[in-house]
Amino acid sequence: MQVIANAIKKRALELLADGTVARVLGWQPGEQQSDWSPALFESADDMKDFVYGKYAGANLSKTCLKFNKAEGKTLVVLKPCDALSFNQLLKEHRLNRDKFYIIGAGCKGMEDENGLLLKCQCCKGKTFEVFDEVIDDEESRRLPPSDRFEQVARLEKMTHQERFDFWRSELSRCIRCNACRNVCPACTCQKCVFDNPDSGVAAKANTTDFEENMFHIIRAFHVAGRCTDCGECSRVCPQHIPLHLLNRKFIKDIDELYGDYQAGIGEEERTPLTTYTKTDADPGVVHERGNE
Amino acid sequence: MRKFAASQAESIIRSIPMPVYLPVEKEGLVEYARYEEGVKLALDTCKTEKSPKDVLFPQWEDLMHFRVEGKNITLTEQERCSQDYVLFGARACDIRAFKVLDKVFLADPVDTYYAARRQHGIIVAMACGEPLDSCFCGVFGVDPAEPEADVILWKVGEEYYADSRTEKGKKLLDSWPTQPAEEAPVKAAKADIAKKLDSKPFAHLNLKGFDGDHMKELFASPKWKQLSLACLGCGSCTFACPTCQCYDIRDYDTGHGVQRYRCWDSCMYSDFTLMAAGTPRPTQLERYRQRFMHKLVYFPANNDGMYSCVGCGRCVRKCPMNLNIVKVIKALGEGNK
Repeated sequence: MQVIANAIKKRALELLADGTVARVLGWQPGEQQSDWSPALFESADDMKDFVYGKYAGANLSKTCLKFNKAEGKTLVVLKPCDALSFNQLLKEHRLNRDKFYIIGAGCKGMEDENGLLLKCQCCKGKTFEVFDEVIDDEESRRLPPSDRFEQVARLEKMTHQERFDFWRSELSRCIRCNACRNVCPACTCQKCVFDNPDSGVAAKANTTDFEENMFHIIRAFHVAGRCTDCGECSRVCPQHIPLHLLNRKFIKDIDELYGDYQAGIGEEERTPLTTYTKTDADPGVVHERGNE
Repeated sequence: MRKFAASQAESIIRSIPMPVYLPVEKEGLVEYARYEEGVKLALDTCKTEKSPKDVLFPQWEDLMHFRVEGKNITLTEQERCSQDYVLFGARACDIRAFKVLDKVFLADPVDTYYAARRQHGIIVAMACGEPLDSCFCGVFGVDPAEPEADVILWKVGEEYYADSRTEKGKKLLDSWPTQPAEEAPVKAAKADIAKKLDSKPFAHLNLKGFDGDHMKELFASPKWKQLSLACLGCGSCTFACPTCQCYDIRDYDTGHGVQRYRCWDSCMYSDFTLMAAGTPRPTQLERYRQRFMHKLVYFPANNDGMYSCVGCGRCVRKCPMNLNIVKVIKALGEGNK
């Protein structure tokens, strides 16, 4: 990874020097071994702190929204899964492709102080959906075998009551900090309904303990078909709620009902949930699915 | 000085004839909760996920109900805490945080909801035998070996040594089945704690330059841009923080009246202190700056130098983007250059 990191840094310095880009979006180290943060570098001097490596877990695609209207181009370092999120944002016209210079960075799985990140335990691929150049090596293209729907399948096998109890218990820890929403590249409303005092639902407190449960389920509905499964929601949750499982359930259902689909791939197109074909599943399919 | 076997702790807790709030493990997370039969105690946990702030200042609480019937409106006020309770196993940093909260809630006009809870609490503290790498309470003058409590417990081997510091603490301790004990093992334990804390990576942060005299200079620092760049505005830091005390009061329309409640608010949010004219802190940079300026500059400037950070390090562990007060102190403090 150090070879890849050095090559990215060298390239970024060149692009800053020749004026191709005005700034670089990457990571800087923290105070402890693994606490790296997304960071902005605006000069060769700033770049002294630039790092790339196994603690660069944060997905920088959503941070790019801050630089959509900035002067000049922003160089952003994207891992393969981050590139899916970035491309999804392009497809939704939330990012302006011309404002970014993308270096696709080879990735061998990201870690935190507890080892391999949850999202990396089910790596989705090693190809870059969008990039200007790729800095990679053979080793980082190796895909570890995994089944990302294994846990979803286990939940599906539960009875309704068991599944209800599982989610009630997991979601009861929610403190409504909205970190999941704020980090989510698919959650890009300029003003969330829950932050709008005029909406009548600005939820600083839950009127019942069921409300935060509903929040997560509804949010998963809202990002269905657009969620690339980047896994940031579960990574940032301060209460360790496995939110990605809700999204994966939708992805699995979309795959089964409409054929395999990965959000964030391709250019503008009709997606499974925004198009209709005669072979689409009937709404009645819900009666045949699930247990009991 | 008294002592009792660690294995006796739960039976002592069970025997306390009032509600007891203490660290409890549930699905791998340790939080303060009310003791009930069958809970899994986690008294050795150095840092609970959230602080015991909830015990004095809950995340949500009803203040009053208005009920409309025909032309009559009846108002029911929430009762204040009127029963003594025990906060068991609290750590020195979190107890110091109560003193910070006191400055806010007990200043005129007194917050009667908070004051009642504060008055009825008996604090049994646990000295921190195993400080974590994220701990830096010593920087703010907190002694993890000598919490400011009614009763203090020190774990030595498989025994708890206990000593009271107040009258109500003595009364509680006297009601427990304990044996007399020597001072020496506690002295050794305290020395050991001091040594451990001293070896932690943030133990020697320098706060020089964080005071009212440097307010304008710190406020205008160009470094806030980089420091706040990755901030998600999630407010996890404010919720986990033992001293963050901002709240909002809202009315919920129940259909036949109004339920007026208070809930934690966060300066990290876009609608925080929103005024008719808009928000004085339009971007995350201003919101982020506000939080740390408050902890390290405004609060001490208004409260005889008392910082409103206690070095518990929860924000160091909780921030999804690894932004925290340590980074701010290092980037802006004069003593860390």
